[in-house]
Amino acid sequence: MRIKTLLAGLAMTTALTVPGLAMARPVTLTTTLKNYGGNGAYLALYVTDASGAYKGTLWVAGSKSKYYSHLSGWDRASRGNVAGINGITGASVGAGRTLKVTVDLADALFDAGYKLHIDVAAEDMRDSPSEVVVPLTAAGAGRPVAGRSYVQTFTYDM
Amino acid sequence: MLRWIHKILALSVIIPLMAVVISGSVLSVMPALERAGAVSHPADGISVAELAVRTVATHPGVEQIKRLPSGKVVAFYAGTDGPAAMVVDPSSGEPVSTYAPSAFERWMTNLHRSFFLGDDGRMAAGAAALALLVLTLSGVQMTARRLGGWARLLDRSRGGGMERLHTDLGRLATLGLIVSTLTALFLSLTTFGLIPDGQSQAPDFPTMAQGGSALPLARIEVLRGIDVSQLRELTFPNPADPTDFFRLTTADGEGYVDPASGKVLAWQDHTVGRQIHEFIYRVHTGRGLWWVGVLLGLSALGVPVLGVSGTVLWWRRRRAHAPIAANVPARTADTVILVGSEGGSTWGFARTLHAALTANGHTVHTVAMDCVARPYPAAQRMFLLTATHGVGTAPTNAGAFLERLDQIGAPPRFRFAVLGFGDRQFPQFCQFARDVDAALTQRGWTSLLPLETIDRQSPQEFARWGKALSSVMGEDLVLAHVPERPRTHALTLIDRVDYGTEVQAPNCVLRFALPESSLLARLAGRGWPRFSAGDLLAIVPPGVTLPRYYSLASSARDAFVEICVRKHPGGLCSGLLHGLQPGDQIEAFVKPNPSFRPVQGRKPVILIGAGTGIGPLAGFIRANRGRQPLHLYFGGRDPQSDFLYRREIQEWLGDRRLTSLSAVFSRVRGGGYVQDRLRADADRLRTLIGAGAQVLVCGGREMAAGVKETLGELLVPAGLTPGLLKDEGRYLEDVY
Repeated sequence: MRIKTLLAGLAMTTALTVPGLAMARPVTLTTTLKNYGGNGAYLALYVTDASGAYKGTLWVAGSKSKYYSHLSGWDRASRGNVAGINGITGASVGAGRTLKVTVDLADALFDAGYKLHIDVAAEDMRDSPSEVVVPLTAAGAGRPVAGRSYVQTFTYDM
Repeated sequence: MLRWIHKILALSVIIPLMAVVISGSVLSVMPALERAGAVSHPADGISVAELAVRTVATHPGVEQIKRLPSGKVVAFYAGTDGPAAMVVDPSSGEPVSTYAPSAFERWMTNLHRSFFLGDDGRMAAGAAALALLVLTLSGVQMTARRLGGWARLLDRSRGGGMERLHTDLGRLATLGLIVSTLTALFLSLTTFGLIPDGQSQAPDFPTMAQGGSALPLARIEVLRGIDVSQLRELTFPNPADPTDFFRLTTADGEGYVDPASGKVLAWQDHTVGRQIHEFIYRVHTGRGLWWVGVLLGLSALGVPVLGVSGTVLWWRRRRAHAPIAANVPARTADTVILVGSEGGSTWGFARTLHAALTANGHTVHTVAMDCVARPYPAAQRMFLLTATHGVGTAPTNAGAFLERLDQIGAPPRFRFAVLGFGDRQFPQFCQFARDVDAALTQRGWTSLLPLETIDRQSPQEFARWGKALSSVMGEDLVLAHVPERPRTHALTLIDRVDYGTEVQAPNCVLRFALPESSLLARLAGRGWPRFSAGDLLAIVPPGVTLPRYYSLASSARDAFVEICVRKHPGGLCSGLLHGLQPGDQIEAFVKPNPSFRPVQGRKPVILIGAGTGIGPLAGFIRANRGRQPLHLYFGGRDPQSDFLYRREIQEWLGDRRLTSLSAVFSRVRGGGYVQDRLRADADRLRTLIGAGAQVLVCGGREMAAGVKETLGELLVPAGLTPGLLKDEGRYLEDVY
């Protein structure tokens, strides 16, 4: 109950990260893109719960909010809450390059049906919502998974 | 001011601008190429549902179907190495070819819009577009000013070859560049969100899916009701997500379609802003408007040429502006030289005058005309050397002169002389010099010499003025001005035909072999140049600084160099030339004279020449391979003696290179001058000129003045004057 409240509060600030708290741990998210032969890609990494409801955003690569509608799964789930992603955005990721970010994730997110999604879009190419969908489990950490079209491998390490 | 902005801006942005316009030109042909490669698509009447069914049948994993502006239909699906795409034939759904946006095009696009530098580069590219727009507009305005107003903007350009190239190409590219730069600025501003582009207007995602099993594609009503030509994008629901929908974008709007019920769950028509953005994007890129793209690309391709020609013009001007040696302050100078110059060439003459006077012990102060209005306590004389800009207006550095004159007040004790520089091909030849002379006279200033004019930077006329000045100043003043003499070549005489010795008018047609230049010399720009009849052959007699000019009577295609030379009693150069025998050599170079040429086309041309003035006209006739109607009026003394080109003219009449000949001779019974013949032919000439004929006159000053007067009289009934014809470039004179 207590955790639920905490999560709800965090979702409002779109941060699932809990700096400095004992019940959180640093998680490194590593996304390597294929050499798809296009301009730099926009990525959104976000979390949904067991019922598929949006819980919060971990990272957005790409700085022009006008293109966020191409990250359609995230855009629709977060209802375009651009204001809530201050401080968790970075540059777009070139083809063949790797995006590595470390966030503090609440322990309660693991082995509880939560899923991590990655939406990808690149200019003049197909949008790929939910390019990667992985359940957040302690056992799944460190295991690379492939995306549908753009992502070569995605790994989360604790 | 305008020229300054144009110059500074052009010089500072020329390099990045080249990258933008050249990449833009390359990109401009892409839509045309893509169109050429597009399948002939009888897609009309096919619905989006039919297309979707056919595509899914051949590509089961399809995620998205897009219709490109070129009409190509592309199916996107997940391939093994990332997103894959295939161009499909809409009528069958069969794959046509793989669709891969070309890496070359992407590279060019990134160079074009951002110099590969991300947002900073995009800002720079936007600034380059703004700079190009300012350059275009300032250039057009300068052209209009030079030609005498906006109404004359499309008149024939005048001036030297490089200047005409710059003007003509600039005018040709103007419209395309304005469209390209304005659309570029719009796109740049939308990129940075300063103008809304209406793009993020997607409808809200429907909250809940109906759920249930998906309908067969063919039964979804909405997709059956939309023609493929209206389709932009159809995104299939993610098979892994049962709550997902079709996302449909058409020409009119976008929305979501429930795969279970086939109903439209949310729809939003495109905003006007988005439609405007789309239209501007298409105009700028030529996507879906390939011919616009090609036109804009051609205009952009003019920019590198404009850049180079503009830089050359600037460099020439700059060289003319080096500081003047021994320039004495205004207070102590006994001689003041005021210069009004637009292109810089007048400064060269002023420099020569300054040096000659200084060499004779004078203290000389030379300055731009606009810097007048200081007291000149020591001055004994003032020279005003000025060009005229456009149609009778002051050059840039003399615009305030007449106004400042009022501030000077009482007429000074010293005397003045005005020397005008100009080109007789312009209407209102040396008008500003005349205005200055009149203004000074009216204010009671005392004249040292009457107004004199120099046509097309003629060193001879300048030297002649120097002689007049010498006698009035009572000292020996030699004005040998050499306006940048090009390298000379040795010409070998191969043939000469003499005329007119019996009538005391020794004329001679001299034919020289075309000098041979090595490939290396030609590549280095040091070879014998291409030339046309009407250009000038400058002959440099040994031990002489000033070249003498003769109109060329042949073109490069004739493979020989020909001139007509009249022997003047005591004439140094004409004497030298008349003494040449086949095999002898002289030093010479070509000075282009592009303003004296018949216009190309089918319009008739009236050629009027007397004596050796027939030279360039004969060259035009010889080069008339297109059989344009040319009518020659020739005046001589005696048909038996000085009928130059008599034999060739018969030949040209025979093969219709020449349409008609009217020759008249002054020393035979019932004869007369060429003016008399024109008067007798008044009706015919009026008809020809009424039909758009151009008139080219070549000969001595008196003859040219007589011809002008006669034509003026006989054109009165037609409501025309030689001046009006001159404005349209239809009355050209080559006078010596």
